[in-house]
Amino acid sequence: MLGLDKKDFRLLIVVMALTMFAPFFLNPFPEGSGLAQFNAGYPDLMQRFVIFGIFAIGFNILFGLTGYLSFGHAAFLGVGSYGAMWMMKLVTLNVIPAIIMAVIVAGIFAVMVGYVSLRRSGIYFSILTLAFAQMSYALAYSVLTPITGGETGLQIKPTDRPILSNLQEGEIGRANLFGLDMRTSFELNAGDWLFTFNTGYYIAAVIMLIAFYVSIRIFRSPFGTMLRAVKSNQTRMYYTGLNARPYTLAAFVISGMYAGLAGGLLVAMDTQVGPERMFWTASGEVVLMTILGGVGTLIGPVLGAGASKYMENFLSKINKDILHEWFAIMPDGIEDFLVAIVYPFVGKGWHLTLGIIFMAVVIFLPGGLVEGGQRIARLFGRKKASEDETRGKTTPAE
Amino acid sequence: MEAIILQILNGLDKGSAYALIALGLTLIFGTLGVVNFAHGALFMIGAFCAVTLNRILTLSHPVIDETRTDFLGNPMQVDVPYVYDIFGQATGDVIIDWSVPLAILFTIPVMILIGIVMERGLIKHFYKRPHADQILVPFGLAVKYFYGANPIPTPAPDAIRGSLDMGVILGFEAGQIIYPYWRIIYFMFAALVIGAVFAFLQFTTFGMVVRAGMADRETVGLLGINIDRRFTIMFGLAAAVAGLAGVMYAPITSPNYHMGMDFLVLSFVVVVVGGMGSLPGAVLAGFVLGILESFASMREVLEILPGLNQIIIFLVAIIILLTRPRGLMGRKGVMED
Repeated sequence: MLGLDKKDFRLLIVVMALTMFAPFFLNPFPEGSGLAQFNAGYPDLMQRFVIFGIFAIGFNILFGLTGYLSFGHAAFLGVGSYGAMWMMKLVTLNVIPAIIMAVIVAGIFAVMVGYVSLRRSGIYFSILTLAFAQMSYALAYSVLTPITGGETGLQIKPTDRPILSNLQEGEIGRANLFGLDMRTSFELNAGDWLFTFNTGYYIAAVIMLIAFYVSIRIFRSPFGTMLRAVKSNQTRMYYTGLNARPYTLAAFVISGMYAGLAGGLLVAMDTQVGPERMFWTASGEVVLMTILGGVGTLIGPVLGAGASKYMENFLSKINKDILHEWFAIMPDGIEDFLVAIVYPFVGKGWHLTLGIIFMAVVIFLPGGLVEGGQRIARLFGRKKASEDETRGKTTPAE
Repeated sequence: MEAIILQILNGLDKGSAYALIALGLTLIFGTLGVVNFAHGALFMIGAFCAVTLNRILTLSHPVIDETRTDFLGNPMQVDVPYVYDIFGQATGDVIIDWSVPLAILFTIPVMILIGIVMERGLIKHFYKRPHADQILVPFGLAVKYFYGANPIPTPAPDAIRGSLDMGVILGFEAGQIIYPYWRIIYFMFAALVIGAVFAFLQFTTFGMVVRAGMADRETVGLLGINIDRRFTIMFGLAAAVAGLAGVMYAPITSPNYHMGMDFLVLSFVVVVVGGMGSLPGAVLAGFVLGILESFASMREVLEILPGLNQIIIFLVAIIILLTRPRGLMGRKGVMED
């Protein structure tokens, strides 16, 4: 179906179901109950799940298939964001042209960076991409202020009059899709449960499904096989008379365009952009997501992006009061002690927890969450799992 | 001329910091083959050692001072540092004032311990794994330190807080080249540490074994030498070098949780520019890039090429990597797969 074999098609259907019904099962706990803090069904958070999912899928095409570890991928996200932002400020408030613009701009930038960086491999490639990304960040922050807005970044201002929009005098433009405001939500009350269906989320989710489908096709195509050959033995590839450069460059540009797409979507959702989006920690974040989910697997990056964004959101909103509430059953002394121990790991310190989890994953589960899932599946149905492995196993980082 | 000398001097202190961090990174890379992404964090911990010692020394307890009264006429309560109780007021003041240099003594054992724990507890599991993993684990470690707080000012001792009019010494007019004492001390200190590390590697038996291990680990192991343990100690030493760079840097930039991150990326670039695994290369590249950065921040340069000071290091790194793939003094076949 759709040029996929049965297993991949099943995977696509599962992902489709997951994204389309996300507002339901990300809100499993009734509103107002003590467990409601574990809910993740807010439009804003769900949008970030799918957008960073796209980013990680794209990163995985480069890192997972070719093994080239880029440490500057956020630059493409940022450049795409700026492209989309200007499209919205000048031409039209419709998100589609803005997103297309983001992809094009990021693609062109990726061609330039990739052409230079791919002359080297291994750590040298990582440092080159890191250098380019840090340069873009520094320039966006300082010299390019007329284009990038410097430290404050770009927003849609009341004075912005895009050519193809018929705004009233003084009306602030809002991102829309053919007149459909990105922020409109439809709320469904079912007993104690409140489900929010947000336009922006669904647009992003559909785009993510398309991106996911394209990535499956790339993974299963001769081109994808070629990229794996680059990863496993480049020298041998040369000796068979194949030049690896065009393939790696193509992979780099494709993954840069994915990042641009994610950047464009980010702008489409919140209509603002700042240079910190290109800082190297943002590049590190996508590496983290991909590893967390499972490098070189199809579904891994999406899972990783979701898990990392969920943890970020969840951990950073816990404060001392919530901790005291959690440990309220304990006797007073022990309660305070536990709160004192846990507190550095939540709230502002959420990086600490994420870092620890990340390290644990790299050490114990080199294949990420996907490998974890496979191991659990193997525990329950030995035969079925081993069959799965021979067919669907994608190479984790060697 | 004066301007050029001033820029070179300005570049030296940053260059010293780069050189020290890059030296530690290269030591780890050359011995263990691991790219230590957490090295910036070690630099930061070093700076916080200075803060911690300062805090410890100024720990105080309230004492009722009968000789002074507050505005209500009651005896005033003053905080007296414990150091006063032990050493008396005059000596205590001196000790508090000199807390940053004293912190060096405090930092070395702490950092060596942290380094050894890091290597034994975590990094040793990764020698057999691909380079990508080896980059990623310390990266996870580094991520852990990314949460922010306000900078904590940690002053240098009063006696050396001023500036020196270098111009007079060098035979220029007075007031042209003014340079803080502390930066001179930092440079000297860096030179001393770098010299000590090289001497240690060159002239001691331990260093000889380590160098042999860097060249061919397996053979050294077969000769019946426990090379792993020595490498672990080298990791501790590298951590101590980073920590020392951090301690002494505390008076120049107030320590904050981001300083490691800022220096990490730059020192990575320094290592790669110097050539992976080359100790002299790392030191050379550190100073060269520090001085170049300082030249790029000159007003005259910025008028022609605005923003150059922000990107110069990366620009140089890209050019060097493209023209000299192994960096300035890199060895063949290191980390190229």
